[in-house]
Amino acid sequence: MSRPAATTGARGSERRPVRDPALRTKRLRQLGTYLLMAIVLIIMLFPFYWMILTSLRSQVANTSPVPVWFFEPTFENYRNVIRENDFLDYTWNSFVVAALSTGFGLVLGLPAAYSIARFKQNGLALAILIARLTPYITYLVPWYLAFRALGLVDTYLALTLTHLIVGMPLIIWIMISFFEEVPIELEEAAYVDGASKLGTFFRVVLPLSAPGTVAAAILAFIFSWNQFLFSLVLSGPNTRPVPVAVFNFISYGQIDFGGLGAAAVLITLPVVLLTLVIQRWIVTGLTMGAVKG
Amino acid sequence: MRRASNFFDRNAKWLFPLPAMLAIMVLIVGPVLANFAISMQSWFIGLPPSFVGLQNFGDALADRRFWNGVRNTFYFTLLAVPIQLVLGLGIAILFNREFPGKGFVRTIILLPMVATPVAIALIWALMFNPSLGVLNYFLESLGLPRSLWVASADLVIPSLVLVDVWQWTPMVALILLAALAGIPGEFYEAARIDGATGFQAFRFITLPSIRSAIIVALILRSIDALKTFDIIYVITAGGPGTASETLNVFAFKTGFEFFRAGYSASLLIFLMFLVLGIAIMLNLIRSGRR
Repeated sequence: MSRPAATTGARGSERRPVRDPALRTKRLRQLGTYLLMAIVLIIMLFPFYWMILTSLRSQVANTSPVPVWFFEPTFENYRNVIRENDFLDYTWNSFVVAALSTGFGLVLGLPAAYSIARFKQNGLALAILIARLTPYITYLVPWYLAFRALGLVDTYLALTLTHLIVGMPLIIWIMISFFEEVPIELEEAAYVDGASKLGTFFRVVLPLSAPGTVAAAILAFIFSWNQFLFSLVLSGPNTRPVPVAVFNFISYGQIDFGGLGAAAVLITLPVVLLTLVIQRWIVTGLTMGAVKG
Repeated sequence: MRRASNFFDRNAKWLFPLPAMLAIMVLIVGPVLANFAISMQSWFIGLPPSFVGLQNFGDALADRRFWNGVRNTFYFTLLAVPIQLVLGLGIAILFNREFPGKGFVRTIILLPMVATPVAIALIWALMFNPSLGVLNYFLESLGLPRSLWVASADLVIPSLVLVDVWQWTPMVALILLAALAGIPGEFYEAARIDGATGFQAFRFITLPSIRSAIIVALILRSIDALKTFDIIYVITAGGPGTASETLNVFAFKTGFEFFRAGYSASLLIFLMFLVLGIAIMLNLIRSGRR
């Protein structure tokens, strides 16, 4: 019998704020807070929303002096971009370079990160940090001259090696914090059982750090996918990745708004999907470990 | 096999990082050293180089376009970073509470910084369009005059800063949000009992507790803002004229549009020392504060 009474009491206290000025101010403040939060999120999302709208509008609607907010969506722009601009070839190029540079980044970066975490090699960590701080463009002039002399401009090799500069430090930095969390007792137990250091690394440490490895690999993949500067100079008709292809799109004069929107959506979509998978680790990666996920 | 593994175990300390160290030597240290050599050549790409000593550096110091680049680089950074810190702090405080859909909101906050920069730049370029862009439509709806945005020499850098602020304020907010979450609730409890006002609690509890996070955000953002390339190159390519040509963009054009490798390398050495110098300076401030 007492429970319904309690419920009524609770409901009564919920209604009271209308008369209680202190509670009413609190409610208003809370409403204001939520409103402000909504405004912040709308501003963050608006460019994406506009990107999608632009991609679904006809050229006529896109070049109307007053924005057209409601319209019959058309997939014409996507069809044009994919069919007339070899978009699938560029996507394949982006994918190959991102996958190769991530793969090499893992092979080189995982043992290094383990070593930094286990043997406290802070000098090496600092060297990698400096590599991350130095403007990428500093590496580009020598790289271009070297690749040009070797006839390697417009090859997957040139793009993979330069994208490795972006991906490997990221992988190392994220994995240091993962490897530091592997209990040293487990490794010592493996040594007692006669395992070698390399065997322990592969059979004990790596499996325990699998989630971190996946996060680091995805982040390196995203950064290679997004990379523009190296690809702009070192790619060519055979290896052009999507960002450069889309950039060339605007350099050719006439602006096809819908086509640009569709291309922008198509580049961004894989990144957004991957972000959902590893969102916890994005900030750790972007801040070089300054913030733990 | 056993012997090999013994050898590896004894030398694991340097064998584990060896492949990465070799890669860093070849990919990163080598090119930086090569840059010093290249910067002392007069080298048009495709023609044989000739040694000119320090002439490229002297030329840069006498080049008005170099100083224009330095000015624009600092203008962009000094405008963007403080705005990002203030807005980022505001957003962090705003979102530092329990509310429905918190995880989803965190994902949204991540989007501006992970989305492909070229795609972001293209969409902002469309929105900036003086005659058809949606930003001018918003201004007019609010009864404000239309703007030329990136087409105006005076407004181009503030407009690009707007893009950078949109893109990177979320990262500052997330860094500070992580720091805010680490402040024990009892601190505020105690302050309330002592009769502190909301502002006092902010000034004497919140700010000191997250000061090191603020400095981390300041360092990371300053360094990346000095190096900004994608957004500027795609939206304006340094224009109109050279109004938004930062040192980064100028060095890029010198190397890959005018094909002057030697001069470009000397500009890049200036840029590298500028960025690393500021990184070291900010780091010293950080450790001094501790």
